[in-house]
This record gives sequence, structure tokens and C-alpha cells, in this order.
Amino acid sequence: MSKVELVILDFWASPFCMRAKIALKEKGLQYEARTEDLFGGKSDLLLKSNPIHEKVPVLLHNGKPLCESTIIVNYIDETWPSPPLLPPCSYGRAQARFWADYIDKKVFDACDNIWRSKGEAPVEAKREFIEILKQLEDALGDKDFFGGNTFGFVDIIAIPLTSWFYAVEKLGGLKVEDECPKFSAWMKRCLKRESVAKVVPDPEKVYEFVLMFRKMLGID
Amino acid sequence: MSEEVVVLDFWPSPFGMRMRIALAEKGIKYESKEEDLRNKSDLLLQMNPIHQKIPVLIHNGKPVCESLIQVQYIDEVWRHKSPLLPSDPYQRAIARFWADFVDKKMPDLGRKIWATKGEEQANAKKEFIESLKLLEGELGDKPYFGGENLGYVDVVLVPFYSWFYAYEKCGDFSIEAECPKLIAWAKRCLEMESVSESLPDQEKVYGFVLQMKKAFGIE
Repeated sequence: MSKVELVILDFWASPFCMRAKIALKEKGLQYEARTEDLFGGKSDLLLKSNPIHEKVPVLLHNGKPLCESTIIVNYIDETWPSPPLLPPCSYGRAQARFWADYIDKKVFDACDNIWRSKGEAPVEAKREFIEILKQLEDALGDKDFFGGNTFGFVDIIAIPLTSWFYAVEKLGGLKVEDECPKFSAWMKRCLKRESVAKVVPDPEKVYEFVLMFRKMLGID
Repeated sequence: MSEEVVVLDFWPSPFGMRMRIALAEKGIKYESKEEDLRNKSDLLLQMNPIHQKIPVLIHNGKPVCESLIQVQYIDEVWRHKSPLLPSDPYQRAIARFWADFVDKKMPDLGRKIWATKGEEQANAKKEFIESLKLLEGELGDKPYFGGENLGYVDVVLVPFYSWFYAYEKCGDFSIEAECPKLIAWAKRCLEMESVSESLPDQEKVYGFVLQMKKAFGIE
């Protein structure tokens, strides 16, 4: 049988790329991560593989491109079913997809509204960010992970975004651990997993990147 | 066990239409409850507390929210009849990609076409046509996005066709002139009972849009 070829068109600070890499590691799959220069010039391969959005991540499976991080994670789970990331029953899967969709609709923009603000972060943006995390705490309940006892789909969708929280805390003057201790505990639990620890960058590094990005955007 | 299916709906909603088509394709009997969005029912607020939006699918008392999730759920639960998503994981990923593309483009651009004027409207019209042309490219020579039969992307996209007349009148342009293949596809879909019974009349939708413009003070 020929070797499976898995390539990710990647950017180290992208939470969306982290999702794909964590999912592959959870399945015990080897892959090559090729860094894209998002500021200097995207590669021909990226533009050819994702002509519609021209964004990372792109997963190339034996040369065939897959785009959009949540779709990529779904694909990885369906193609390599063990260990499963989504629950076995249809209702459980619909619930998992609902929370992945909620995270996609809310968390990234809420972070943006804080780290992109000039001067002091707006009170409303900070309030909304905490409210969203409290909503996720509610969904988590007393479970170790969003899916229950085992690390799964929703955890993979959510945990990469938390690598930007340190930057949000510094720029927003807030502390996630104080406001949402349960969510903070879940973050620490996930970060203990090898797949997550190997993929998610040091939040201090992300903070430096955000500061550089702010300068580039003319915010600082 | 008897299946109890209830849909909380609003007749002009393309997202609600997706539900109606999917359930019809599967031959599922259901109760439809029309919501007054200015005065949402306790049931809606209880079943979708996070977003408080329609459609909500309630299956044996348990709610499923967000139309793309609902269509996938319906397809999985009643897999044996008229499958909407392909069985091959790569083809499924492609179908999900285009459904996601429809959701990224149609609602926002459509709203800008009927609710704005001048440069904002002109830009929206341009991007709207460009998006439809990309969808035409994906359709290719197939009768449906799903191939020989109605599939996931068809169900996700065709509801917006019921709003095309309203977009054309508000935007003063012809969608058919720019995207004849897509209009031919939409008409082909409407030959299916599951679609024709689920989409409202385009003139009715236009009337609703005019009402909304008046209510929001948009000329």
C-alpha cells in the first residue's frame, strides 16, 4: 500500500491551522506542515488549492485539497474513524456541531474586538467576551471535556483560540481565570494532552505576534 | 416508537425552507409552527435560548438548531431515503465547503441588495453575481449539485431563489442574464415537489421585502 501523504498549508499562529494539526495528531497520523508567508506572499500551491478563499489551513490528502478548518476536522474524523472525535449518535453529533458553530461565530470576533482596539479596549467588548466564555462554561457543565469524558471535536475546535487569550488579557486588562475558573480549568486539562501541547504555541509568543500585527495595522 | 417532528418556522426564511425541503425529501410528516419574530413564542425561546432564531427542529422533544446542522441531522437520522450528503468523505467535505460558501455569501449580500443603495448596493450586486458564477462553476454539467439527484448543496442554496425576484427589483438587474445556468438549475429543482411545496411565491417574498423596507425606513 502506498504511503499516505498529508500536507498542511500552515501558519503557526493560526488557531484554524492548529485545529487540523491537533486532529491529525489525535489520530496518530504523520503530516508535513508547510509554513505560508501570509504577509510576504502566498504560495502558488495555496492559491491553486484554495482559489475561493486563499486562506490557511489547507489539508492536502494525497494531493487533494480540503479547506475550512471545521470541515477539515470532520473529514479527518470520517476518514480515520479511530479514535472517534464526534459522538456516535446523531443527536450528540448535532449538539457537538452546534457548539463548534457557536465557537466559530463568537469567540474569534470577540477576541478581535479587544486586541484590535486602539487605546483602551471597549467595556462592551470585554463584557461580551466574558459572557461567551461563561456560555461555554455552561455547556461544559461538570464534564471534563465538551463531549464528556474524552477529548473530542468541540475541544479541538475551541482550544486553539485560547492561545490568543493571553494577548486578549494583556490588551484588555482582564483575567480569564478570575472570571471563568471552570473554563480556565478545562483549558489546562486540554493543554496536558500531547497533541495540544505539541501544536498550540506559547501564548507569550502569540502576544508578541499580536503586538507586531497591531503595529502593522497601524493601531500602535 | 412514533416519531414526533415539529419545526418552528417563518415562511420567508430561506433557512426554514431548507428544513421543509429536507423533511419532504425524506417523506417525514411534521408539524409546522409559524413564529411571529416580533413576538417570539416561549417554545422558541426555550428550545433555542442561545440564538433565539428560527428554524428550530424539535425531534421527539429535543431541539436541533442552525439549518446546516439540522439538514445534516435529518440526513443522518433518515439515511435510508433520498440521501443528501454523499457517502464518500472527500465528496462530503466538498459538499460542506460549498454549503459553507453559500452561507458566507448569500444572506449578507442578499440583504445588502434589498436594504442598501448607491455604492454599497452596487458592490453587493457585483459580489453576488461573482458568487453565483462560482457556484455555476461547481455545478458544471450536472443536473444538480448532488449529481443525478437533489443533494445537500441543492437543498442549502435553492431557497435563496425565492428571493431572487425581490433582489432583482430592488437592485434593478437581471440575475438570469448574468447566470443563466444557475437559473436553469433552480427551475429544474422546482420541478421536484419537495422544493416547489417548500418555497414561497417570489412575488409574495417581494411584498414581504417591501414591507420590511417600509418598517426600517429604507427607500
